[in-house]
Amino acid sequence: MMEAVDILFSASLWGAVLRIATPLIFGTLGALICERSGVLNLGIEGIMTLGAMVAWMTVFQGGGLWTGLLVAALCGGMFGLLHAVLTVPLGLSQHVTGLGITLFASSLTYYIYRLALPVSSSPPTIEPFQPLAIPGLSDIPFFGEALFSQTAPTYLAILAIVVTAYILIRTPLGLAIRMTGENPHAVEAQGLNPTRIRIGAVVVGSALMAIGGSFLTTATFNSFFPTMVQGRGWVCIALVVFASWRPGKALLGALLFALFDAYQLRLQHVVEGGVPYQLFLMVPYVLSIVALIVMSRRARVPQALMAPYRKGER
Amino acid sequence: MTYRFSRRFILAATACLLPAIASPALAADKIKVAGIHASPVENAWNSRIHEALQSAADDGVIEYVFSEGVSGTDYARAMREYAEQGHDLIWGESYAVENEARQVAKDYPDVAFLMGSSGGPSGDNFGVFGTRNHEAAYLAGMLAGNVSKSNTFGSVGGYPIPEVNLLINAFRDGVREVNPDATFLNGFIGAWFDPPKAKEAAIAQIDAGADVIFGERIGTADGAKENNVLAIGSLIDYTPRYPGTVFANAIWNFRPTVDAIVADVKAGNPVGKDYTEFSFMKHGGNELIFVSDNIPADAISAMEAKQKAIKDGSFEVPINTDEPS
Repeated sequence: MMEAVDILFSASLWGAVLRIATPLIFGTLGALICERSGVLNLGIEGIMTLGAMVAWMTVFQGGGLWTGLLVAALCGGMFGLLHAVLTVPLGLSQHVTGLGITLFASSLTYYIYRLALPVSSSPPTIEPFQPLAIPGLSDIPFFGEALFSQTAPTYLAILAIVVTAYILIRTPLGLAIRMTGENPHAVEAQGLNPTRIRIGAVVVGSALMAIGGSFLTTATFNSFFPTMVQGRGWVCIALVVFASWRPGKALLGALLFALFDAYQLRLQHVVEGGVPYQLFLMVPYVLSIVALIVMSRRARVPQALMAPYRKGER
Repeated sequence: MTYRFSRRFILAATACLLPAIASPALAADKIKVAGIHASPVENAWNSRIHEALQSAADDGVIEYVFSEGVSGTDYARAMREYAEQGHDLIWGESYAVENEARQVAKDYPDVAFLMGSSGGPSGDNFGVFGTRNHEAAYLAGMLAGNVSKSNTFGSVGGYPIPEVNLLINAFRDGVREVNPDATFLNGFIGAWFDPPKAKEAAIAQIDAGADVIFGERIGTADGAKENNVLAIGSLIDYTPRYPGTVFANAIWNFRPTVDAIVADVKAGNPVGKDYTEFSFMKHGGNELIFVSDNIPADAISAMEAKQKAIKDGSFEVPINTDEPS
């Protein structure tokens, strides 16, 4: 039993937490920006898959790692635009369109991947992001290993949280986005265009989702598998609710989920005898639901979430 | 998804078949095989089968077409379409569709079926096979037992199904043979395709002291590589991908199974039987590929003696399908 507690104080565990959390942070942030403007984007799972493939393929074809991330963001943004055009000006069901985007993006990803590369038994590899030790900080005992020896996209994820929080809460642009999610008619009355704001938010949010997916193929692993996102996108959708649509809490939620996951991988071989491994695998999901129940009591849902805006309609 | 059926495809396929019907003498030479893969053929397990069938096709023994990424809900339909197209042998994996697959086989008594399955064969035309590279895993364990410094051995698996369990248990038995007081760790990731998670599982075991890790799933060796410990690959040869990290691989060869069933189909024998034995070492169904650097010479000779005993039948690697803890 002591061993199980000791794990919580190992730097390696916390290093793993940040690695597991990174794609979730990007994805949750992306979904949060979409939803703050009033659009639910269930295309996330497909967009993450697309981002994973596109970033990897760019690097595989000779591009740089950052170019790969950029191309992934652009492709993600394009699928975001598709989702936005269907759901914002055309006002289609956001659920159905989002699921359609997920199916479309993941199938298209598979198709392109198969067309571009011949069948091989072991998928080809690239040289991924290497852990980047921050000089000075990485020598601090414990925190150095846990926090300051990560790959570059992980630092970018933390930065993205800070920037998003600042823009959403402190700038006129952020106010406009939040207002569009609460009451688009009031935005219209202010002389702003809610349709444009929503489209912009969905495009940017989807670009972030794609970057989240690309982390899987350019940093933690170095090859692409068509089904490797493994539901991380859906976890992000739940984390947005957990975070009650706030960027800071989104970071907390992603870290908590990753902690459960990293912890259960270590618990599997510490707890002896007769405990089925499925119980451990369930832990992050069950604890997320519990946390969701506790947190969502005070959640403030954007009032116009999933309500299409039609000019002049009451 | 590339090899989709469409009306046009079927028309084209039928058009291609016409000359074959016109000259039955030619058609009798080659067995027409269709493979239906539930996963992308990059999946290590599928790739072994795909390559075996491909090599048989290259040798002119069979004609081979395939579909990949066929979901369980679509599986029986794909089987029927290939049967309707006049294929002699349909290879597949019926783990998720055991009942439906057997029904299809009943409806097409003239077509032979060979399925990766958790159940037994049925009828005259529904044969099954299991995956057995446990003998090679045992031998890999014997080498691992001699290269570990911490005496702690990890393993990362997908799900605890019998074919995964028996592999990990055989690896452990091999380690124990040379290293009776070894400690074992194990993690299941609950997914077949999640390399980042397999990597984290490996890192978790390295934290707990493991310095040789048996990677039933791809991604495991990435964790080992980052932390400068050793790993063992399963099914395919991972050494080119992780040089210096993966020092041994428990290779599975599917070609002996293909040759056995093709011979049966050609001879007109019923194929409703279990072809698992052709995955055993004495048939060349699995083998150990290893890098001898840094392995003590006496460890290698002990392993080779055991390999000889397995091949001549004087030693049998135990098959233990209990879930490793």
